[in-house]
Amino acid sequence: MAESKARVPAIEGWFRMDGSAPCLLGVRCRACGTVYFPRESFCRNPGCGHGELEETQLSRRGRLWSWTDNRYAPPPPFVAKQPFEPYTIAAVELGAEKMVVLGQVASGVDASAFRVGQEMELVLDALFEDDTNEYVIWKWRPVAA
Amino acid sequence: MADPVAVLGVGMHPWGKWGRSFVEYGVAAARAALADAGIEWKDVQFVAGGDTIRNGYPGYVAAATFAQALGWTGVDVTSTYGACATGAQAIDVARARILAGLCDVALVVGADTTPKGFFAPAGGDRPSDPDWLRFRLLGATNPIYFGLYARRRMEVFGATAEDFARVKVKNSRHGLANPNARYRKAVSLDEVMASPVVSDPLRLLDICATSDGGAAVVLTSMEFARRHAANPVTIAAVSTVTPCFPNTIIEMPNFSTDSAAAVAAPEVPFKDSIARRVYESAGVAPEDLDLAEVYDLSTALELDWYENIGIAKPGGAEKLLRDGETTLGGRIPVNASGGLACFGEAIPAQAISQLCELTWQLRGQAAGRQVEGARLGLAVNQGLFGHGSAVLAKR
Repeated sequence: MAESKARVPAIEGWFRMDGSAPCLLGVRCRACGTVYFPRESFCRNPGCGHGELEETQLSRRGRLWSWTDNRYAPPPPFVAKQPFEPYTIAAVELGAEKMVVLGQVASGVDASAFRVGQEMELVLDALFEDDTNEYVIWKWRPVAA
Repeated sequence: MADPVAVLGVGMHPWGKWGRSFVEYGVAAARAALADAGIEWKDVQFVAGGDTIRNGYPGYVAAATFAQALGWTGVDVTSTYGACATGAQAIDVARARILAGLCDVALVVGADTTPKGFFAPAGGDRPSDPDWLRFRLLGATNPIYFGLYARRRMEVFGATAEDFARVKVKNSRHGLANPNARYRKAVSLDEVMASPVVSDPLRLLDICATSDGGAAVVLTSMEFARRHAANPVTIAAVSTVTPCFPNTIIEMPNFSTDSAAAVAAPEVPFKDSIARRVYESAGVAPEDLDLAEVYDLSTALELDWYENIGIAKPGGAEKLLRDGETTLGGRIPVNASGGLACFGEAIPAQAISQLCELTWQLRGQAAGRQVEGARLGLAVNQGLFGHGSAVLAKR
């Protein structure tokens, strides 16, 4: 039964497993301030390159840069539901970090009224499940008007 | 400004879904290019091979694979990989060898055998490889990225699904007479609009297929070429640029762009920098071009390229297309070959095939798709993981 399954991250260390205020976990260079997501092991700014990196929480909200969807099941290693359910993918621009981050759009959200520039927020949602676990991932959804 | 090298011979194996070994296509293309150049395999002093990552070890050492298949002669080899830009890298290595005086005659070969359907990452569990992770965690196929760019164009510039479809209609007509094209059938606007949506707003006929195929060129020093051809096509410049930090446009296979929080985005975005490099190297401007071959992985991406290579201002691509300027007979025909719309993508062969087309066009041998009086042609493409690719050919 789905209720008894453990909720575990689909990948370790990429986001905070916090039901009420989840966020992406990246790193920030202590020298130049550049933010990286996913984590980097060194600063890639060619004008810096020496900074120590510290973990940082990325903004939970951003503006929609673009979106599209997938009407056909992708190949493995994606784990597709049977039967396949199309999903939307959004590219969201984070203001403070000045970067665009991709994510699926939370299941059940209708993208037909999406507009570039609208505010989006990060949530956790199921990516796939097996017999024992439900694997969760970050997703984007519109901020309720 | 670098000296030119000559394109003495070109050859291709037709694109299709033949299901045979990539080596067969590469060898057929190589033999065609050698015959076209009027030289023998034993005259070749250097082989540059474009690698394929879906055909096992022989694909990772493509130059040696082709040299062995053509018959070991002790020839020097180098194999290169730069995703879709692989062919341009192989061309550039051969060109550099010639310009350095290390050889006079180089053969460049790329060929691929592709699986059916979406390109998937190479096999095996690799949770530290972003190309594996984007499928695992996002289900972000290549058309997902194409769809993001297309939707962005609609929102920012007012492009329509019909504009995208018109690119396919144009390219399908361009390719009708091309003997190496896989799809030689005129496609109507209605047919594109009736094809199923893959990644909204892009439909099946907006997105290029994956194909088998092979392409080869014989590059030589100008001195060697003059002994074999009166007025050979030359390579005036090659671009193999990478982005400048921070790269603020989302690109395959990444989860995010670079952050511009600490360092401002570069004045010239990555895709604009690709053709700019060859223009600056050769001292020409976009207005000087007679034709361009651009990487139409999707119809909408062809419109992006018009602006990236400077033949339209940002937001001006749809008008250029609608006015027929990029159609054969227009001011600057784009993808006279039929482009990826008619070929489908055979990754390591594609940039080499673009140079084959430019060469036929500049020689006046592009029967049924000839750009009259063409003297200067640009081929441009981009490979995932930050590979720019452009070749400027001149006669």
